Amino acid sequence: MCLGIPGQIVAITAPERMMAMAEVSGVRREVNVACVADGPLEALIGEWVLIHVGFAMSRIDPEEAEKTLIALHELGEVAEATGQMAEADRALAQ
Amino acid sequence: MKYATEFRDPAAAKTLLARIAHVADTLGASREAPIPIMEICGGHTHSIFRYGLDKLVHEGIEFVHGPGCPVCVLPRARVDEAIQLATRPEVIFTTFGDAMRVPGASQSLLQAKAAGADVRMVYSPLDALELARRNPEREVVFFGIGFETTTPSTALAIQQAAREGLTNFSVFCNHITVPEPLKAILDDPFMNLAGFIGPGHVSMVIGTHPYDFIARDYHKPVVVAGFEPLDILQSVLMLLTQIAEQRAGVENQYARVVPENGNPVSIAAMADVYEKRPSFEWRGLGEIDSSGLRIRPAYRAFDAEEKFGIGYAGIRAEIADPEGCACGQVMIGHLKPTQCPHFGKGCTPETPLGALMVSSEGACAAYWQYGGARAAAE
Repeated sequence: MCLGIPGQIVAITAPERMMAMAEVSGVRREVNVACVADGPLEALIGEWVLIHVGFAMSRIDPEEAEKTLIALHELGEVAEATGQMAEADRALAQ
Repeated sequence: MKYATEFRDPAAAKTLLARIAHVADTLGASREAPIPIMEICGGHTHSIFRYGLDKLVHEGIEFVHGPGCPVCVLPRARVDEAIQLATRPEVIFTTFGDAMRVPGASQSLLQAKAAGADVRMVYSPLDALELARRNPEREVVFFGIGFETTTPSTALAIQQAAREGLTNFSVFCNHITVPEPLKAILDDPFMNLAGFIGPGHVSMVIGTHPYDFIARDYHKPVVVAGFEPLDILQSVLMLLTQIAEQRAGVENQYARVVPENGNPVSIAAMADVYEKRPSFEWRGLGEIDSSGLRIRPAYRAFDAEEKFGIGYAGIRAEIADPEGCACGQVMIGHLKPTQCPHFGKGCTPETPLGALMVSSEGACAAYWQYGGARAAAE
């Protein structure tokens, strides 16, 4: 829960709610970008961010993203995060 | 050697370990008289055990596992209150998966769900918001737990709910803050810590200045650290160097993610939605002044405690920790997990008695999962 997971912003989905689509380790997930936006939201497309519980909290460079993903894989945190995203999708569909 | 296969940059790890050993020797640190360093964050605890850093560093360095695991410090009374909310027929109770297995006085949320309560695991408070939009006839309650890393997310979710005029969404707020329990630990007369590894992602939100008091008033060094093993080793070296040079400052090893002043949007959202409670209960540590957050009156409509008259807004039940449970002593570094009478007997990750056994970020679960630290092997 406390360790963020790197994701890449691929599209802006709902600018009025500061929502964007991020690709996180092969999974697509809508995230809030309010904490990392400092200009037009479109400028975020292609950027890597550190995502905590559905919120992009920090911009990171691609190298940092890769290093962090490797470390999180080894801690089992990537599987945990993507598992929680899938679980949440089921909770919403219920 | 283990690090030769596990570290992506074994040469760098080897160099850091040698430099740590050199400074530790200079300081006269030994197994009998170690230098105790507290890693505050449960993420660091997990990483230290995963990579066996406690076994790789000089034997005169002792890692003391701090209180930075939010589900570990959630008191039984709050779990019970969460279950009370979850069992109301109109409520959809939403929570992070981590909190599902935390034992209350008689049940966990997982057991309440099995018994019929509508408890749903979500990834984000935004999922709870979406559930509220889709289920206008139900009351959706989100179990807000966590330190400053997750607090902005519930603050922003509440602001969004207010903008949309949602009337069926509320947060059961259990957010806590990092600096206050550190002050409580530093004020403990038996405190013998030599320095602190500061949390990385909490500091990404709040910056490094909230730790200034530790250096200024208590003359202990703090190094904010990343989560990779090399980050942690680098931070240990930075702490030892400060100690050897008789300095006490706040240093930032994780500057690539942690800005000195934190994240301004997050800080503004937290300040808008939350205010400090006079005190808040921590499992194992008791009530700590100003250590918890509550929802400001302006957002009262989104406060589950106010809405349903429970918790600090209702009559609070006094629920002691289980008999003999040493979580509190472990968390302030007085005992090792293996010194608890319940460790591995009445308390295992499958049937946790104390909260430190629940989460992979808890010291006891980490000891259990990774076969124990140096102390356990003795």
